[in-house]
Amino acid sequence: MNAPMNLKGIQIKVHDMSLRDGMHPKRHQITIEQMQSISQGLDAAGVPLIEVTHGDGLGGASVNYGFPAATDEEYLRAVIPHMKQAKVSALLLPGIGTVEHLKMAADCGVTTIRVATHCTEADVSEQHINLGRKMGLDTVGFLMMAHMIEPEQLVEQALLMESYGANCLYITDSAGYMLPDDVTARIALLREKAKPETEIGFHGHHNLSMGVANSVAAVAAGARRIDCACGGMGAGAGNTPLEVFIAVCNRMGIETGVDLFKVSDVAEDLVTPILDFPVRIDRNALTLGYAGVYSSFLLFAKRAEQKYGISAREILLELGRRKMVGGQEDMIEDTALTLARERGLLKANAA
Amino acid sequence: MSKIKCAIIGSGNIGTDLMYKLQRSSLLEPTWMVGIDPESEGLARAKAAGMKITDKGVDGMLPHVLEDGVKIAFDATSAYVHKENSDKLNALGVMMIDLTPAAIGPYCVPPINLLEHAGKREMNVNMVTCGGQATIPMVYAVSRVQPVSYGEIVATVASKSVGPGTRKNIDEFTRTTSGAVSKIGGAKQGKAIIVINPAEPPLIMRDTIHCLTEDAPKQAEIEASVKAMVAEVQKYVPGYRLVNGPVFDGNRVTTYMEVEGLGDFLPKYAGNLDIMTASATRTAEMFAEEMLAGRLSFDVAA
Repeated sequence: MNAPMNLKGIQIKVHDMSLRDGMHPKRHQITIEQMQSISQGLDAAGVPLIEVTHGDGLGGASVNYGFPAATDEEYLRAVIPHMKQAKVSALLLPGIGTVEHLKMAADCGVTTIRVATHCTEADVSEQHINLGRKMGLDTVGFLMMAHMIEPEQLVEQALLMESYGANCLYITDSAGYMLPDDVTARIALLREKAKPETEIGFHGHHNLSMGVANSVAAVAAGARRIDCACGGMGAGAGNTPLEVFIAVCNRMGIETGVDLFKVSDVAEDLVTPILDFPVRIDRNALTLGYAGVYSSFLLFAKRAEQKYGISAREILLELGRRKMVGGQEDMIEDTALTLARERGLLKANAA
Repeated sequence: MSKIKCAIIGSGNIGTDLMYKLQRSSLLEPTWMVGIDPESEGLARAKAAGMKITDKGVDGMLPHVLEDGVKIAFDATSAYVHKENSDKLNALGVMMIDLTPAAIGPYCVPPINLLEHAGKREMNVNMVTCGGQATIPMVYAVSRVQPVSYGEIVATVASKSVGPGTRKNIDEFTRTTSGAVSKIGGAKQGKAIIVINPAEPPLIMRDTIHCLTEDAPKQAEIEASVKAMVAEVQKYVPGYRLVNGPVFDGNRVTTYMEVEGLGDFLPKYAGNLDIMTASATRTAEMFAEEMLAGRLSFDVAA
């Protein structure tokens, strides 16, 4: 990008993640009341789209990912009726959630369904994207861990999702690994190859402090939907902090329709007080971004460190080396056990 | 000793791998392979192995079933055509082992309920899913010791081992497997998760089985039960290994498994496919034993 960036007057839609991705640092324990107050704050601040579900999407309630404080249905039914202008979305990972979950979410009043797969596995989303589109939902194809493959291959996968009926395609930096040029290369090629009417989106994590810079790069390359989290509440070091991104957009003349002061009040008064620990770039979140590891692994690795005496950083590096993808949270305890046994830290055990 | 003659419906990866396993059996003889693609590698291999073949689907074999004495058929096609295949062959007294997710017959997980099915003269048994074969024995290993309120399995498979059928209908995997985790595994509630990993070189199938016991887990008994069950599965899948666990954490009991295939036709990492063909072979052998002993035969419909 040599030319000075002039994004003045570009209209984009920001999509808040604090009540979905933010479930990760909360171990999926955000209460119904907290969901209601935060979503109403965001609605009043003009945030147009808010995601609400278990952190791992519809059907994520499990031993593997954590049981939430309430069911997806309870959260959605508690939030949606109070929205004055904001719409609510739900995330679905095929292999975890099913079309039954999708139908339930639509019945609750969700207007956007986002179907997420690992970046090389778009073809498992066909039945869910098909159905979402058939039901008249705003249907998004969401390619996770998008740093792991080259732009050409990524675009090929995104176009599969487009062919199934997705009207919006997301490039998702689940590990917070990408640098702005990585984002530009991917978004620009996708913008070039996708149908003109197909919207392009970007979802960032802040593990290398690149959330805002990457999101701006995405807009410059043609993305018109940007995921952010109010107060930065998301997995790893969080998502692109919503209030910071809005401030930067205001300065650059990018139009979001979101009131900066209202949304920064929500961050300060409603989101920050519910955090169990500051969502920040500690050494483990940094490791996620540095080694390209799925951001939701963070807390699991910390717990394994406590239990088995192997540092979370080492566990995360090992998971990265073994190219683990989103959803393989089970491999964290497994890896810690294996490392602990190799080092003689375990008492005699079965295996 | 005479062997029971078998037909393989479907000449893809699964059908071809199955052919090699049947060829090694002392009780089964693969005599037919049915495909729909004349160019299929599986059909070519079957022909080279001296089997009869047709590329006209099941209808291409039907006129020969009785004269060739086919008694057991394996369906490795798709859920969409399974019922039709099964009805046609059952009518000719051929029992059907269903490797598709159609599940019109009862679920069969060999170390748990195979004997029961043979005793009931089932004419169609379903092999659940790859994830089911790999994990349900472990759920059962816990639930036979004490009540399990909730069983959850996570199957992670190599991207290269997941065919287009599974990809088009991945919900069927989750639905069928979670149903069988409770129905066959004995957990009061079941959940199944599948993760596809594209790493190169491909990863060997991994399975994690979480059980929540109603009361505090009886650790020593569960450890012994798990160990015995692993040995039972290893009889037909030698690469079925306990990597870690059982881990006891409050009422959670977790076992971490790895399933390496034999590498007959499918690569070794595809333990998910191997455990299906191996379980199906094991199932057919049990029925074949009953047939050869004269205790089991199915009539041809009038």
